[in-house]
Amino acid sequence: MNDPLFVGQGFPSTRGQYRWERLKQRLAFTLLWASGAIAILALLAVVITVVLRGIGIIDLEFLFTSPRGGISGEGGIFSTIVTTLYLVILTLGIATPLGVGAAIYFVEYASDSHGKKVSAYMVQVARFGVETLAGVPSIIFGLFGYILFVSTLHFGFSLLSAGLAGACLILPVSIRTAEEALKTVPRSYREASLALGATKWQTIWKVVLPAAGPGIATGIILNVGRVISETAVFYVTLGGSYKLPSSLLSGGRTMALHLYYLAMETKAFDKAMGTGVVLIITIVVINLIVRYLSAKLAARG
Amino acid sequence: MGQIKLEMVHYSLYYGNFCALRDISIQIPARQVTAIIGPSGCGKSSFLRTFNRMNDLISNARVEGRVFLDGQDIWEMDVVELRRRVGMVFQKPNPFPKSIFDNVAYGPRAHGLRDRSRLEEIVEQSLRRAALWDEVKDDLNKSALTLSGGQQQRLCIARALAVEPEVILMDEPASALDPIATLRIEALIRELRENYTIVIVTHNMQQAARVSDYTAFFFTDESRTGMLIEYGETKQIFTSPRDRRTEDYITGRFG
Amino acid sequence: MKGKKSEAFWAGRVIEGILLLDALLAIVVIFLIGLLILIEAWPAFRKIGFVPFLLGKEWRPGKELYGLLPMIVGSILVTLGAVTLGVPIGVALATFLAEVAPPWVQKVVRPAIELLAGIPSVVYGLFGLAVLVPLVRQIPVPGNSGFGLLSASVVLAVMILPTVANISEDAIRSVAREYREGSLALGATHWQTIIGVVLPAARSGIVAAVILGIGRALGETMAMIMVIGNSVIIPKPLNSNPLTIFLSQARTLTGNIAVEISYATGLHENALFATGVVLFILIMLVNSMAHLAMRRRS
Repeated sequence: MNDPLFVGQGFPSTRGQYRWERLKQRLAFTLLWASGAIAILALLAVVITVVLRGIGIIDLEFLFTSPRGGISGEGGIFSTIVTTLYLVILTLGIATPLGVGAAIYFVEYASDSHGKKVSAYMVQVARFGVETLAGVPSIIFGLFGYILFVSTLHFGFSLLSAGLAGACLILPVSIRTAEEALKTVPRSYREASLALGATKWQTIWKVVLPAAGPGIATGIILNVGRVISETAVFYVTLGGSYKLPSSLLSGGRTMALHLYYLAMETKAFDKAMGTGVVLIITIVVINLIVRYLSAKLAARG
Repeated sequence: MGQIKLEMVHYSLYYGNFCALRDISIQIPARQVTAIIGPSGCGKSSFLRTFNRMNDLISNARVEGRVFLDGQDIWEMDVVELRRRVGMVFQKPNPFPKSIFDNVAYGPRAHGLRDRSRLEEIVEQSLRRAALWDEVKDDLNKSALTLSGGQQQRLCIARALAVEPEVILMDEPASALDPIATLRIEALIRELRENYTIVIVTHNMQQAARVSDYTAFFFTDESRTGMLIEYGETKQIFTSPRDRRTEDYITGRFG
Repeated sequence: MKGKKSEAFWAGRVIEGILLLDALLAIVVIFLIGLLILIEAWPAFRKIGFVPFLLGKEWRPGKELYGLLPMIVGSILVTLGAVTLGVPIGVALATFLAEVAPPWVQKVVRPAIELLAGIPSVVYGLFGLAVLVPLVRQIPVPGNSGFGLLSASVVLAVMILPTVANISEDAIRSVAREYREGSLALGATHWQTIIGVVLPAARSGIVAAVILGIGRALGETMAMIMVIGNSVIIPKPLNSNPLTIFLSQARTLTGNIAVEISYATGLHENALFATGVVLFILIMLVNSMAHLAMRRRS
């Protein structure tokens, strides 16, 4: 090269430099691999600790007798399983129709071409609310449930209060996931149906909802997981009675709540661990279902 | 033909079972502009990306035959060194989301240069060579993404020049630019020819005729496998092509 | 024919009406939550005053003393600890999955992260109680009970890891291929490309991930109650080494609410709702930072 500036200027990039860069890269990648290992180890540490110390306690008696209270945490977890089930049914029974219905209105009606200005405005307001609440810690929903249902409406610490508070907790996410599922349905599906003379509602019911089904189902299953894991909301609305609930106005404790009471207020650490094992297994099953559903969703394109 | 800079011997490229290029042998002269023309999908880009081993990034790519830079097998060289010596300018201008200065200094820094005043020298020199200095000398700290498309492409050329390459590969460098910016890039290519070996892929035959000394014509059949049909001095290819398909292509009968 | 059509029309109208009511109900519920909490909190702010409430160092409901500073400091310190531990690992994990890990490793690590995200917080609390607290108690510093900021930070770091890793990975994956190729073509190594181009280009997404992680850390309740000790004190170093501040017990804003709400009445109850409002504002501040970071990205 005949440019004086470039002649012989050379870079430090001799073979040694390349080797140094290679070494640096190997070092850095080793650290990145380590981060992957840390994630696995963290999971294994938690899961193995809980499983090793809890699996021994699990037998049919543990699963099918109710706790008897007391400082030694006697009894099993039967009533807490039942209470958890009740609460899952209650919260989802309230939040799912409300959330999916609202989502259908927002996606299919309010954003229509002939949609009125008011409804467009409404969607914006709702979206702001949903976005805001989605990031709010659950204890704040607990506060709300406590003051409205437990205290003001005199439902007391009960399944009803907890179910309503839990429904409020998952409502924002229900709306959002349902909206997203509806939005993934191609416009052409709707147009094809409408072009065949179907009414709007027939189109939604027969075409849009089935197509959005796996997406909505995924959202519902995720919410089941959330209700099972949730503790803070129920801690301040459900009371904590270890008896089998006899009506909507009875108090109770979910498995997660039971684990908390066992760990904090009794000496029955092994039973807390056993309850943890049941919880972890439930969550694994839920994850597998979600995986199956999203695989189905992805396969459909 | 003078000194040979790049050479391929019976080179074939496969992506999985698909053969993208078959049995290509070619010698590319130093300090000349060699244009690669041919219809789209005939493997021009894959051919070009062989010389700096960018095809290595594709997980199922596989090669046969040999490729040499100054007589040295490129698969026996350190890939980092190879890519420093063989620079590349892409179809779509791709400046990093950094300042103009940092874009040009990126390569030298990657190769271990830390000295600020040396970096400043290299940045200025590279921008001058890419005919961009006068337009940006007061805005070196501005984001490169604020430049126009043509300026961004010249910045990418400056960025490639900053690591003192010997070869510059250009993959349709003007296809995303307007006619005036295109002419500026072409003028720049003619200037760079003094010091660098340039291989340029283009779908624009006038451009190939204007800027290049040698031209290689690639073609493909239904199998979509790219083949080198004809290679020679640009004047000869455009005035008296030996192959029927070359003639059909440059007279605009297909492609 | 005509009659049938109008029947369908009216049916459609009724359904639209029901859905509209549904949507309205959902909106009302959403805004009622904020409104009720504000109404309940208001007397506390009025009677105690904003500044004494936020900066008061004493929280003694029995003596009508409601100063939130210990809990604010506690929440911030434990979040800081969790971020210091969790964010570097989370971003490294995201980089690992997006750039380095071979497919079979991704197939192992990704479900692990999913499961980490799904494990109930009480199980983390239990793990902290059973393993971390006794472990931390081994550190020979007078006054160290094992319960406190260190145990809580480690638990929280694991809990925010999935959030940070998942969102960062999305950000890293969405960096244009052109940037990578441009860097590699200049002879930069893969690592130089990651550090020099990919991570800077994904910066705003990673910042958003970190901020969402912070939001999650600030909001965690049960696991914190279980391992942080819950003493109403402003954490101080236990000896001359300033790092021993993390061996101090503390109480978080969330814990303050959960521990006391079921027996609180009158002004005490109002003060707990006001705690909720402070927590809410803190989270809102953090979230709006995340939104800002996201917007700058697009």
